[in-house]
This record gives sequence, C-alpha cells and structure tokens, in this order.
Amino acid sequence: MVLVNSIAKGIVIDHVSAGRGIKIINHLGIDKAEYTVAFIMNASSNKYGKKDIIKIENEIDVDLAALGLIDPQATVNIIESHVITRKINLKLPEKVVNIITCKNPRCVTSVEKNAPQIFRLVDKENREYQCEYCDDIVDVKGE
Amino acid sequence: MLKGRHLLEPLDFSISELDDVFALAEEIIIQPELFARVCSGKLLATLFYEPSTRTRFSFEAAMYKLGGQVIGFSEPNSSSVVKGESIADTIRTVACYADIAVMRHPKEGAPKVAAYNTSMPVINAGDGGHQHPTQTLTDLLTIKSIKGSLNNLTVGLCGDLKFGRTTHSLIEALARYEGIRFVLISPEELRVPDYIRKEVLTKKGRSFTEVESMEEALPILDILYMTRVQKERFFNEEDYVRLKDRYILDAEKMKLAHEDMMVLHPLPRVNEIAVEVDNDPRAFYFQQAKYGMFVRMALIMKLLGV
Ligand SMILES: [Zn+2]
Repeated sequence: MVLVNSIAKGIVIDHVSAGRGIKIINHLGIDKAEYTVAFIMNASSNKYGKKDIIKIENEIDVDLAALGLIDPQATVNIIESHVITRKINLKLPEKVVNIITCKNPRCVTSVEKNAPQIFRLVDKENREYQCEYCDDIVDVKGE
Repeated sequence: MLKGRHLLEPLDFSISELDDVFALAEEIIIQPELFARVCSGKLLATLFYEPSTRTRFSFEAAMYKLGGQVIGFSEPNSSSVVKGESIADTIRTVACYADIAVMRHPKEGAPKVAAYNTSMPVINAGDGGHQHPTQTLTDLLTIKSIKGSLNNLTVGLCGDLKFGRTTHSLIEALARYEGIRFVLISPEELRVPDYIRKEVLTKKGRSFTEVESMEEALPILDILYMTRVQKERFFNEEDYVRLKDRYILDAEKMKLAHEDMMVLHPLPRVNEIAVEVDNDPRAFYFQQAKYGMFVRMALIMKLLGV
C-alpha cells in the first residue's frame, strides 16, 4: 500500500504472477517510455506468496484483453490524486484479435495476410483458444 | 430467415432452418418444373481455387435448373485476374456482378474470409481438410429421405477420419440430433482430430466408440459412411500406400450388416467399395449425387430469398 500511494496519477498493475511482470512490460512497450515506471519483482503477497507489481506514472491505454491473456490473475488499478479510483480484475478474454497467431500451415491466415487473427476462448481451465478460421486449438499457458 | 446468409460450416443453420431447406428440396424433387425459372436473372459465381469437377457441376447444374446463370473459374492458375490477389479483394470484385458465390479453396477458413468481406451470400464448397457443409446437407437429406428421420441412428464412419472433411462435417451436423451414436472406424494414424472428439462429441455428450475393425462394427450399424483415403493429404507416399486399401467393403462383409443398413459414400470412390456392392439394395451412394443437386437448388433459393 505504501508503494501504491507513491504515485499521484497513473496505473498500477498489481498481483502479477511472479515472473510474468517482464512479459507485461515488454507487451506494453513501456521499457522505452519517457514517464516513470516502477517495476517490483517478487514482492510478498498474502494471496499468492510472491507477486510482481508494475507502476506507471502516466495515463496510458492498456489493452485489457492482451493483459488478461498474459496474466488473468493480475488487477489493474487506476490512480488519481494518490487514491485508487477504479479497480479492474483481469480475466481471460472471450475473443482476442491480432494477439495470438495461428500456427496451422493449412490455415487461410497463412496466405491471407490482411485477415485479422481472431481467436475465441473455448476452455478456461486449460486456457485454450480456437482459431476463428481453421478451428485449430492453441493453449496460451504462460511459458 | 436464410435470405442473405452464408453457409460456411455445417452448424451455421439451426435444425429448423435445415428442415426448411430439406422440405423445399423435397418439393423440388416432386415437381422440378415448377422451379425452372425461379432464379431467372440471377448470377452464381463459382470460385474454385482447387479443381473439383463433381462439386462444381452439382452447383452449376443446380443454378441452371433454377433458370439462373453461372460465371467463375475452376483453377486460379488459369486466371490472371485472381493470381496473387487477396480473397478479400476478389470477393469484393465478384460481388459487383454476382448475386451469390460458391468457394472452394485449399486453405482452411478461406470462405470465411470471403464472407467477412461481402454481404453477398457465400457458400463453402470445401476448404482444405476442414469443412464441406453442402456435402453434409446432401448426406443429411439422403439419410432423412431414406430413413424418414435423423434421430436414433447408429452411424459408422469408416476410412480417413483425420483428413476427411466430409466426415468432420457430418459428425458435427449429426451430433445435434437426438439418439445418434457414432462408431468411428479407422486405423490408428487416421483417427478423428482432437477438436472433433473434444468440442463436438464430448461436449454434446454423444456416445461414440473408436474401433479399427470394420467387421466388428458392421452388425450394429444403421448407416455405414465410407470415405476414400486421399493421396494429396499425405506428405509421404509410403504411408499412403500402406493405408489406402485398409478398408474394402465387399459382398462378403455386407453379409455381416443389417438388411436395412444404408451404405453411403461422398464419391468418387477408389477401391474402398467393391463394384459388386453397387447392386446391393443397401447401396445408396449413386442416389446421393442426385440429392446433392436438389439440396443445392433449395439452398440457393433460400439464400437468395426467391
Ligand atoms: Zn487458423
């Protein structure tokens, strides 16, 4: 909580599974950002043992679907004037566009490059997504 | 309402929508002359990115018998217009002239890309090893017409269940009817893909068994759906040679079956049904092609709303 209060206005991505923080940072491209970013690894968490925390001192557009895909356990807190004004619990998105790429060589997306890559969640427990075009199933377990 | 819709996968239509198509097909079968001009002034585009004379003839015959006209290509290599052009651009251009399109493509999901880029109805006439819904409609109409219903049947599918698109479509469609049991007959290497087992059979709670022996399955079947092992789906000649003649239905094996078991085959056949079976009253595979044209006539009418 002390740490959260240390930013005035921005976004805190909390309860990130330990080790996944770096993936989120890479995905958001904030490693090259000009604003202040604090990245805490292996913080102790009552709920999960260890967690990562990312604090961004800026209002940025976060792709919640992509974030949910990387780590559905994380929460996104919006901070204004040192207080949390909104708390978003992430979950696995039902539909993702242009995040997962179909690996099936027989899929039309292998030749039709402008077609959007669309995947739908078919199995929450096993984190399995199905290609909209060829029905191939991929699991997006965090690697 | 089916007007303006696409047919991309066998499950795109509800059971009652399918019943409407079958009812119209049965009307056409009884009095085809009443329908000889209903599509006058309408144009069907046949976009065949891989050749399939049988399927293309069936669609073209259907459109001509409804009084409509046909344009199209049957091999993209012969057509400079299509060479290198995206599916999205091709369908947008074709939609300027045609009222309805039929697409066959070697890549899975290609007709869906077309459908996402036009409001003109698009019919999937086979996309790689994936889906072939009009073959499924043909199979369903044939079974319904002969058996009187699509419920409470034990259906055996035999041969290449891994790459065979017609069997995947048929399984998905039949799994929606009550009391359907599947017996999946194939060699270990050609068993149904995982998504059929998981997403279709298990999820719908349909009873199914997977066996290697055709003789074991024959006595309990109401329908035997034979398929051929397609050479072009194999990367390696040896596997193809080893598996192509694994199942051959002959007069001797037919003795093991019920006297009212139906034998179906999407055609063309190679060796998997011996010609001696053709005269068996349980062989329905040649009648199937006729039902195929009638069901396509009904489908075109429904999608055009004529
Ligand atoms: Zn795909």
